[in-house]
Amino acid sequence: MKSYDTTIARRGADLAGKKVKTSRRRMSRQTRENIFGYLFISPWIIGFLGLTLGPLLFSLFASFTDYNITSRMNFIGLDNFKRMFTIDDLFKTSLWNTLYYVLFSVPLTTAGAIFLSVLLNQKVRGMKFFRTLYYLPAILSGVAVYFLWMQLLSPSTGLVNTFLAWVGIEGPAWLFDPEWTKPALLLMKMWSVGGGMLLYLASLQGVSASLYEAADLDGAGVMQKFFYITLPMISPIIFFDVLTSTIGSFQIFQEAYVMTENGSGGPGNSLLFYNLHMWNNAFEVFDMGYASAMAWLLFIVVMILTIINMKLGKKWVHYEGGDNK
Amino acid sequence: MRTAAAPKFYETKKFKDKVKQTIIFIVLLAGSVLVLSPLWWMVSTSLKSPSEIAQYPPTFVPKEFHFSNYVEAWKTAPFTRWAMNTFFIAFCGMAGNVLVNSLVAYAFAKIRFKGRNALFIVVLSTMLIPGFVTMVPQYILFSKLGWVNTYLPLIVPAFLGSAFFIFLLRQFMMTIPNELIEAAVLDGANHLQIWWHIMLPLTKPALITVAIFSFNGAWNDLLGPLLYINDESLYTLQIGLQTFKGTLQTQWHYLMAMSVMVLLPVVLLFFFFQKHFIEGSNIASGTKG
Repeated sequence: MKSYDTTIARRGADLAGKKVKTSRRRMSRQTRENIFGYLFISPWIIGFLGLTLGPLLFSLFASFTDYNITSRMNFIGLDNFKRMFTIDDLFKTSLWNTLYYVLFSVPLTTAGAIFLSVLLNQKVRGMKFFRTLYYLPAILSGVAVYFLWMQLLSPSTGLVNTFLAWVGIEGPAWLFDPEWTKPALLLMKMWSVGGGMLLYLASLQGVSASLYEAADLDGAGVMQKFFYITLPMISPIIFFDVLTSTIGSFQIFQEAYVMTENGSGGPGNSLLFYNLHMWNNAFEVFDMGYASAMAWLLFIVVMILTIINMKLGKKWVHYEGGDNK
Repeated sequence: MRTAAAPKFYETKKFKDKVKQTIIFIVLLAGSVLVLSPLWWMVSTSLKSPSEIAQYPPTFVPKEFHFSNYVEAWKTAPFTRWAMNTFFIAFCGMAGNVLVNSLVAYAFAKIRFKGRNALFIVVLSTMLIPGFVTMVPQYILFSKLGWVNTYLPLIVPAFLGSAFFIFLLRQFMMTIPNELIEAAVLDGANHLQIWWHIMLPLTKPALITVAIFSFNGAWNDLLGPLLYINDESLYTLQIGLQTFKGTLQTQWHYLMAMSVMVLLPVVLLFFFFQKHFIEGSNIASGTKG
């Protein structure tokens, strides 16, 4: 490894050697660094301005108009926002559905991923194989997986209800029963909990064994060790995971779009999520102004939740070595 | 603490550890059945006849293996074309993501330019913005540019940097000693040369991770093609598959056969490069920086 590094360094030096005669010393080193720095990040700057900041500002502006792609933008003040809360009943339904999903999926997947990672962090035969296996579903996504779950959740002949019948439970109609559509999606989500598991596994491996040994000497039980050592030590990763999966869960769309009839939102609109409703407004009826207003409300809600999360995080997240340096 | 009697064998730490390990092994084994059974079910259904699928109680192993389901399913649509389209988009996106993000990450990791730290915070905070918020204006932008029904909206953004990949590569590059770069700078190499001749070879593991994640993401992407692609001949596999739902709802043997074929490249990629999948997620977890 060492020699590999030095060969590369020498190669760089050789190459540079050819250029030495043309090297210009009149430009200060800092100026050169600035020029190269901005040159190198320029693709990101273009992307940020063109695909993030620009669109963000445009949608803020459009949210106060009745823009529908073909018409001119007419300023209509706060009408779009009024419409959300007073006229559009589906808006409330979609908001409720989304909150329900976020409220259940974030704690369930977090707890599931932590539990799994603790199990997979033990010294047991074949552990490498188990880790690979449990991670596999996390990389499978898209339409094929949604089709698979539509088949698995089929009320009479699906695998899930067959399993349930074995233990004497009569399974629900899942995607056909408005009461059970969201639990069905949660079940599907739990299958791919391996992605989060890997994050926790990496951080568990950083927890020093001496902490557990000291606890053993004090006669601490399994549960005590978990709550007083493991959880605090991995709390920065829990915080990161909760934050990103909250933002992720708010964006649930594809599952509902594919698994319901023509993206309609399922039986009794039980799978009409916020983003699906926004999508339908934007790209089915081209009500871009209204969709932009919805987008901005989502943005504000997610930002508020992120700030709350970060404030609360300060209370329970433990950074090794005291304050987060 | 117990009274100090001579420990019986079943009270020794060694024995307790063995018991614990065995219990965990059994739990994990049972869990693997739960994890794998959906995939088994998919393959099994794809090989059944329609009458066997409708049968109750369901069978776990097909009575007859209808391998022809795969051929027939493939023939129901221009799947070959769609697969090639998907490969093309995924490959271009991969090239863009690897080159551009490593360039940007190099600047954030190793070039000391003014405002670097502030801009890096901006990079990180863009990860917190829900994608749906910028989707409508992006669509309007691309449609004004006349890019709708082309692959440009699916490929060009990959050449404009991705916060997640920039972060991942920057974390990796931070671990490469500055001395290497300083030596090259003293010898008069410029940053472009250092990036190409020193940084790229040394960050190969992280670049492979980015390449795989990018390919996988493009392969599974439904939203992009759904928004921008109208012509059937330009469809990707995801959107092609999606259009089948209505027409083949009852023909589960075809739907599952198609699903197996669409997932197969991803599964193969996973088993070939599982080390990188797993490392990639680990690097991403290095949030200390």
